[in-house]
Amino acid sequence: MLTIDRLTLQLPYYPRWWRREWTTCIESLSLHLQPGEVHAVVGTSGAGKSLLAYAIMGLLPQAARVAGELRFQGEDLTPARQRQLRGHQLALIPQSLNALDPLARSQHQVRWAAQRAGFGRSAAQQRADELLSRYQLSHASTHYPHELSGGMARRVLIAMAQGGDARLVIADEPSGGLDPNQRDRVLAALKAIALEGKAVMLITHDLRHALTIADRVSVIRQGQALETAPAQAFQGQGEQLMSCYARTLWQALPENAFSTQPRFARQEPAFA
Amino acid sequence: MLEAHQLSFHFASGSPLLTNISLRLAPGEWLGLSGDSGAGKSTLGKLLAGQLTPHHGSVTIDGSPLPKRGRRPVQRLPQSPELAVNPRWRVGKILTEAWTPPDTLMEAFGIEDEWLKRFPSALSGGELQRVCVLRALAPGVRYVVADEISTMLDPITQLTLWQTLKAHAERHQLSVIVISHDSALLNRLCHRRYHLADGRLGAALETP
Repeated sequence: MLTIDRLTLQLPYYPRWWRREWTTCIESLSLHLQPGEVHAVVGTSGAGKSLLAYAIMGLLPQAARVAGELRFQGEDLTPARQRQLRGHQLALIPQSLNALDPLARSQHQVRWAAQRAGFGRSAAQQRADELLSRYQLSHASTHYPHELSGGMARRVLIAMAQGGDARLVIADEPSGGLDPNQRDRVLAALKAIALEGKAVMLITHDLRHALTIADRVSVIRQGQALETAPAQAFQGQGEQLMSCYARTLWQALPENAFSTQPRFARQEPAFA
Repeated sequence: MLEAHQLSFHFASGSPLLTNISLRLAPGEWLGLSGDSGAGKSTLGKLLAGQLTPHHGSVTIDGSPLPKRGRRPVQRLPQSPELAVNPRWRVGKILTEAWTPPDTLMEAFGIEDEWLKRFPSALSGGELQRVCVLRALAPGVRYVVADEISTMLDPITQLTLWQTLKAHAERHQLSVIVISHDSALLNRLCHRRYHLADGRLGAALETP
């Protein structure tokens, strides 16, 4: 459904007033998403995970330099096509809850998302009601964002991403800052979207909980995709994992060895 | 010995959040605290650190109450380092706010000299969290309340942070209260753990 072929992304920065230099945030990254799967993209903070989402959605800053190919349903994903598909075929569940309009009730936020996706007003209202009840939010339909808990607000964002009939849903750190109960509900909601035959890209650093719903996992480090492994490969000592880094990530979890090889400790990129 | 004697606390409008909580923490001991969101874990952490005053009960160190002024012997590390630093200060000024850490510790925590000239926004979450942890470890600090400090870190960064803190704590007989949802993590780190529910601490659980 979505093919990313050797995507390279550079952003400018200014060490002096008049000097512009480029920092490479994503380097020659290739991924392939299939319909009906949850594809987890796992990496440390600053690995370029969120930028990857913005690159697919066409939300990068104008100054960014992008090379490589993005194809969605067999056709090139040009900026014009991104603009046209965004909110209809492509949906993003943003990381920050600030993405909600603080002055609008939940049902209006979802209805507007459906209207932007091309539904008429009454059809959109009907769709909003349906989505809110699907995500157990009917009782909160007249709540404003500040009256919602973190998990509820996250589910409103998921409902909005379903306002159109998106074929590809990108969820950016959907489980951050949620308690285990809320987190499991949010992850189950994402799994349900994939089971409808859509593709879900789950961007997260939380490898352990991503594995509970993911079919495949791509491990990203410093802007490069090191390996894409089936979720079942993350078991035991990680013998089935190809890259040393993925094994280290797996071994670092408290349930596993809770130890690391020194060469991977403290190698975070300079730009967060 | 850090002791809490029958602490009770409620917010201005609400029903009692914590009732009759007693616990003791020996030097060098690691204690885990879990509980659902809103159970009062962070509030208990703030009471122990002296950032909130209990309505009943008291917190004592070796029998004497927490000092009202001066450096706090119980330091609380919050979940989001971004909110715990002054965004207008450079990292160097933030780090040396309370004390000047020796180079050996800077190295142990993996803090690079080059970061000190930057502003907090130019560090990643894991980097800034390490700066905040080291800032809190001034001499005289004997107890640390780590309130979900590794929740938003990836497994490797999380592990490095805990290993460094563990090594430092062993050397200086530092006691640590780890607040976390993650029971696997608590089992790995702590000697004992408690589960906070309905405002009460359950029985202490020995960790494997």
